[in-house]
Amino acid sequence: MVLQSLKNCLWLSCIHRTPKACFWSTAGGGLIIQSVSNDVYQNLAVEDWIHDHMDLEKQQVLFLWRNSPAVVIGRHQNPWQECNLRLLRQKNIKLARRRSGGGTVYHDLGNINLTFFTTRKKYERMGNLKLVVKALKALRPQLDVHVTDRYDILLDRQYKISGTAAKLGRTSAYHHCTLLCNADKSVLSSVLKSPYKGLKSNATPSMPASVKNLFEEDASLTSGMLLDAIAKEYAVQNQIDHRITLINPADETLLPGISNRTKELQTWEWVYGKTPKFSISTCLSMAYKDSVLDVQVNMDVKHGRIEVCNIDLPEQWLPPGLCSELVKGLTGSKFCPNEATTLVTTLLRVCPQDHELHSRWSLLCENMIRLM
Amino acid sequence: VCIHRVRSCSSIRFIKSKYVCVFDKSALKFSHQQRLFRTSPVSCGQIVQFKLSDIGEGITEVTVKEWYIKEGDSVSQFDSICEVQSDKASVTITSRYDGVIRKLHYSIDDIAFVGKPLVDIEIDASKGVASEEDVVETPPMSHEEHTHQEIKGHKTLATPAVRRLAMENNIKLSEIVGTGKDNRILKEDILNYLAKQTGAILPPSPKAEIVPPLWKTEAVPAAPKDKARRIPIPVSRPIAFSGKDKTEPVTGFQKAMVKTMSAALKIPHFGYSDEIDLTQLVQLREELKPLAEIRGVKLSFMPFFIKAASLGLLHYPILNASLDENCQNVTYKASHNIGVAMDTEQGLIVPNVKNVQVCSVFDIAVELNRLQSLGSAGQLGTSDLTGGTFTLSNIGTIGGTYAKPVILPPEVAIGALGKIQVLPRFNGKGEVFKAQIMNVSWSADHRIIDGATMARFSNLWKSYLENPASMLLDLK
Repeated sequence: MVLQSLKNCLWLSCIHRTPKACFWSTAGGGLIIQSVSNDVYQNLAVEDWIHDHMDLEKQQVLFLWRNSPAVVIGRHQNPWQECNLRLLRQKNIKLARRRSGGGTVYHDLGNINLTFFTTRKKYERMGNLKLVVKALKALRPQLDVHVTDRYDILLDRQYKISGTAAKLGRTSAYHHCTLLCNADKSVLSSVLKSPYKGLKSNATPSMPASVKNLFEEDASLTSGMLLDAIAKEYAVQNQIDHRITLINPADETLLPGISNRTKELQTWEWVYGKTPKFSISTCLSMAYKDSVLDVQVNMDVKHGRIEVCNIDLPEQWLPPGLCSELVKGLTGSKFCPNEATTLVTTLLRVCPQDHELHSRWSLLCENMIRLM
Repeated sequence: VCIHRVRSCSSIRFIKSKYVCVFDKSALKFSHQQRLFRTSPVSCGQIVQFKLSDIGEGITEVTVKEWYIKEGDSVSQFDSICEVQSDKASVTITSRYDGVIRKLHYSIDDIAFVGKPLVDIEIDASKGVASEEDVVETPPMSHEEHTHQEIKGHKTLATPAVRRLAMENNIKLSEIVGTGKDNRILKEDILNYLAKQTGAILPPSPKAEIVPPLWKTEAVPAAPKDKARRIPIPVSRPIAFSGKDKTEPVTGFQKAMVKTMSAALKIPHFGYSDEIDLTQLVQLREELKPLAEIRGVKLSFMPFFIKAASLGLLHYPILNASLDENCQNVTYKASHNIGVAMDTEQGLIVPNVKNVQVCSVFDIAVELNRLQSLGSAGQLGTSDLTGGTFTLSNIGTIGGTYAKPVILPPEVAIGALGKIQVLPRFNGKGEVFKAQIMNVSWSADHRIIDGATMARFSNLWKSYLENPASMLLDLK
């Protein structure tokens, strides 16, 4: 495998001198690129960029990328429903929302991502997945891998090693899929399990599946070998050069506007704010002194913000004014523990300095924040 | 990077005859010389049913997931209308027409059918109807002007409205850098271009200055001389400013600030400021920093300031007190929970270090590190943010010398620390020496604190910091 550094490539000079003989067209009917970055936001931004800016009529693109630990949810999903956000925060695992549909996946360096870019007309997922399977079989003929009609790739007829999602635009489309090589399965299963109860939403749900790493099947495999095999098969099928070109997602001259796209993908408004409207209806069981208090909480969350909030407290447990202050403060705020914490601690400053009151308030607020 | 969208306009494909063609097909004859979009005989305000086009893979139904527009909105050709999902594929549906949305046929989460109407659009008759294909840019009517057919195969995407704007202002679309999707030229791009034009004679190769995407630079070699000639010099064109006021509701952090500050307003503040010579402390910290690093802790000046404050509060406990709502009782707090104002992305938060009175300077440094990393990750807990009794704000890290800090209720005092500056000062012998000077500005609740108390506390705090060795005497 020969990896060319983009900077050394002739094409840069081609761009300035002869417009037509530029990088993309000299490569023939296709191009294979690989990201040098492991940042999920940067890599997703590259996908967006290629989808919006590249003319895929003349050639198709295969994009290869890997990410450091991250959970990636589908365009129309609800992160609270899909993963354990508390655990993500604790473990410093990133959360990203991609623009394609489909379900939630866990990425780490033991997982490789493949994106097939084509024109809208040439969009064909089955073909792409069959290509991957062909490549895997060419590498290790004894591997029992096949494509299901749900566009998953199964190992040994039962373990999912690849999931698929796609994005279609006006003129171009992409189909991307994961491939589990050597991911941390214990982290995967713990982060993809949501602890949040009482959620009701029309967001796309994920289908949990048993997974297995390819390396468990054959320890002699490496990600490099897999990437090469897939690139080779892609090159053969598209009759192009099988060499992989490295691409730096931070390069603004190569990909103008990429840093803005990367930033946008990290904003709260995109990651959480794009969650379809959902409601929470749950009962907080608060142990206070010698008794247990059951507090019914109902909230409607739209665009990631609390639209409606109802807390059913036993009368006089908290001064009524205080509870309504809490509800008023939460309404319109982000459904976010950080924002809620600031709000409740600030509200505490302006209420009577009573130890009993403070401990009740803290108890209620801690429980409310746990919902987020 | 080449972003050519080369579309041959000789091959017109009317995709799927099931689309409602409101115009006569024969009227849409495309040729390079003609304007392409005035040929449709659409009457004023005609409502077109825009149907959901084929998704591919034999898919017949999709779920509507998000609307980007609502009834009554204006849309331009290629604007995104909605996002639909089908079997793990998310599809962006874009408008084929310019006009006003009159009806949405589906709500969120409804199933939409391929080939059935998605939205009703009232076409703006004067603008005409766009075809399935991308419209090709043709040269403006003036024949003396250079056409840019020399720029071979270079097609520019722009809606009819944008084209008209360009034509009215005598602008070549090829000179504009498009910032819209697929690099199409938006109205804003024309307006920005005009703004740059006002009153100025542009240099021969303007493209180099407008930071262009790479593929645009190829246009420059084509006809540089002509460009200088062609640049319009508008004499008194108004600068187009398309900025609008933006109103947002006050939520979350801001709401919290509003509450706190409104309460703080009720406290009669008085201020007291002084100058501290930190020369010795700076030296001491330099010696101690590596020791702390060995223990894995970053040592700033704050732990010293905080500990000194606590030592001072032992002598002036009223500064660590709280006044009740009716100003009837003063509660002297036993714990010195000293808050440290932190600036985060979202705004000001004040976590506090608990029980400084029993902490060593190193303990305080450890705790500060913990709070700082939680703060920047947005993960501070309620216990970190409540229970504060006294606050220090190190605004000097950002800048400034003197400040007028606002007391955070239910506390009664606060100190703002300016930046450390190297300034000339006189020593006991009358000689000038280099001193590390920092200013402190205190605010206190004048209902229970008087100026003298504040001054004495400040002097004590100052003496500990100016002569750090004296802290050893009183450390518990």
